[in-house]
Amino acid sequence: MSNQEPIHSFSSRILVLPEANIDTDQIIPARFLTTTTKVGLGKVAFNDWRYNADGSDKPHILNQIDPTEHRVLVGGNNFGCGSSREHAPWALMDYGFQAVISTEIADIFKSNCLKNGLLPVVVSKEVHDKLLANPQQRVTIDLQQNALTLEDGTVITFEVEAFARQCLLEGVDAMGWLLKRLPDIEKFEQSHGKAA
Amino acid sequence: MTAKSLFEKVWDAHVVEPEGADKPAVLYIDLHLVHEVTSPQAFSELDARGLKVRRPDRTFATLDHSIPTLAPDADGNRPYVTAQAKKQVETLEANAANNGLRLFGYDAENRGVVHVIGPEMGLTQPGYTVVCGDSHTSTHGAFGCIAFGIGTSEVGHVLATQCLAQRKPKTMRITVDGKLQPGVTGKDVALTVIATLGFSGGTGYALEYAGDVIRELDMEGRMTVCNLSIEAGARCGMIAPDQKTIDWLRGRQYVPQGEAYDEAAKGWLALASDEGAVFDKEIRIDGSTIEPMATWGTSPDQGAAIVRGVPVAGNEDQERALKYMGFTGGEAREVEKVDVVFIGSCTNGRMADLRAAAAIMKGRKVAPGVRALVVPGSEWVRIEAEKEGLHEIFLEAGAEWRLPGCSMCIAMNGDFVLPGQLAVSTSNRNFEGRQGPGSRTVLASPATAAASAVAGHVADPRQFMALEEA
Ligand code: SF4
Repeated sequence: MSNQEPIHSFSSRILVLPEANIDTDQIIPARFLTTTTKVGLGKVAFNDWRYNADGSDKPHILNQIDPTEHRVLVGGNNFGCGSSREHAPWALMDYGFQAVISTEIADIFKSNCLKNGLLPVVVSKEVHDKLLANPQQRVTIDLQQNALTLEDGTVITFEVEAFARQCLLEGVDAMGWLLKRLPDIEKFEQSHGKAA
Repeated sequence: MTAKSLFEKVWDAHVVEPEGADKPAVLYIDLHLVHEVTSPQAFSELDARGLKVRRPDRTFATLDHSIPTLAPDADGNRPYVTAQAKKQVETLEANAANNGLRLFGYDAENRGVVHVIGPEMGLTQPGYTVVCGDSHTSTHGAFGCIAFGIGTSEVGHVLATQCLAQRKPKTMRITVDGKLQPGVTGKDVALTVIATLGFSGGTGYALEYAGDVIRELDMEGRMTVCNLSIEAGARCGMIAPDQKTIDWLRGRQYVPQGEAYDEAAKGWLALASDEGAVFDKEIRIDGSTIEPMATWGTSPDQGAAIVRGVPVAGNEDQERALKYMGFTGGEAREVEKVDVVFIGSCTNGRMADLRAAAAIMKGRKVAPGVRALVVPGSEWVRIEAEKEGLHEIFLEAGAEWRLPGCSMCIAMNGDFVLPGQLAVSTSNRNFEGRQGPGSRTVLASPATAAASAVAGHVADPRQFMALEEA
């Protein structure tokens, strides 16, 4: 689990969930958080949008598509707000998504995505409108170039925090990066009255 | 010397390695709070790497999210919602034992909701950096801490190194001037701030709350304000320590005692933003115009003064929210028949909150057909409330009195609102289904929640307060 597979570039059709402010309670309702592992959460991703109380399917797009064909989720404005549960990116990735696109992506969710190799891509309203207008389109995401290419050929550059990007591209492990700093951390504790 | 803000002072004192263009800062964490839901996978990660918790003395665990709030049966069996919830609790018990962590478990006198017990025991101290795998960690900012929620991967980072890789956020000062009207509480201030900033207006910022209204709030009210910072998307919310902070913390279990306390307090008072400190953004709110608030939609920023009624939708999102809530827009709040009232959570589950609710419920009855649940934020709150007889007021009014926990705030322990039911809750999120699939939530203060329980509909609490004064 320690090293992420490096991500470089991939193409996929998008899946649009146009609702604004999709929060992490929608992505995975709290009652599924009693798990003690990260695996198998894809089946409860957007559970209450996809299933009736008796467990039968609702006619929701997430139940109708082939997830391997739609690896880029385009959400409405302001995606991923709410709870800090990392179960949200775990569930989205287990469902099959590799990237999330929105006009705004909430802080903690974004940080959680980057730690797991789910790429958060923030785009302008204009680009977002183009994605929503053609929800069947295929896009290419190239992390090496920080580029998102739409089906009509529009190329947009997006920003990913430099260190997180490096972790994703090179498979650098953030905990390992911190562990390497233990001697400095110990020195800091000594000089700041924080030693055990 | 350049003038520094409260945030900058605390941040700078915790930088182990400064940030650069290609790398985040290494930020030292003074206090790490852990609970059963967001920690198991982090401990597994440590196990997989053959690591132990590096600073068990700075790491404290509690049980709150998935635990039942009903008493165990005669054989001591607790009514867990599922076997998996029980296993989650046992996993934390095992991880704590295995790593030598202090776990405030069922037998501890201080078990409770993580953001209630931290300050209560004085684990939270001014100038600290505090993290927890829970977004409402911003609560601890009321004591002048940089306190923020982290994901499970980061929980692992802190367990292993006591540090986090972090980029410094921008700063925003929110000044609430003037004087609050009688009957207006910290929760109403917080809901007003969020409505002003909007759902994501705080994204990328560390907030500092200032102004006369904030100074006048008691520590409980300040915690409520900081608690809700995340609902505007902010990284954290802070308030400069003052004499109130120092008086409130004095003598608590984990703070320095005696002269050492006075010495520490001097340093805490010096944390306040210097005159001339520059913020990336400044906002002013006139506190005297704030009235008791209630949300009408499905995000915490969709709130308005109760007396103004439900607003008419101004855009598609608001329309969708109103539709989910079953409101048409433009109606008075009194038409909203209430099914459930929930008083509790890390937002409003403290003594001051329970007292405010009890003051309204005293000598009155919960309206027929309303289920009212009062859940103290911690064992300490439960015991104090019972000493004061608050539980009797609630029980006599027809409300349920439970054991401490997150309960209906997150609705993962078996306490939940039924599909379609309308709940007035003192918690922090009114997302679709947050309190149970199909549940509809109105966020409000403890006084408003109690008033709504008694009235049977969403009600301005001042009508009950005025009665008492007459
Ligand atoms: S009371 Fe609610 S918001 Fe607070 S810690 Fe518990 S679940 Fe989170």
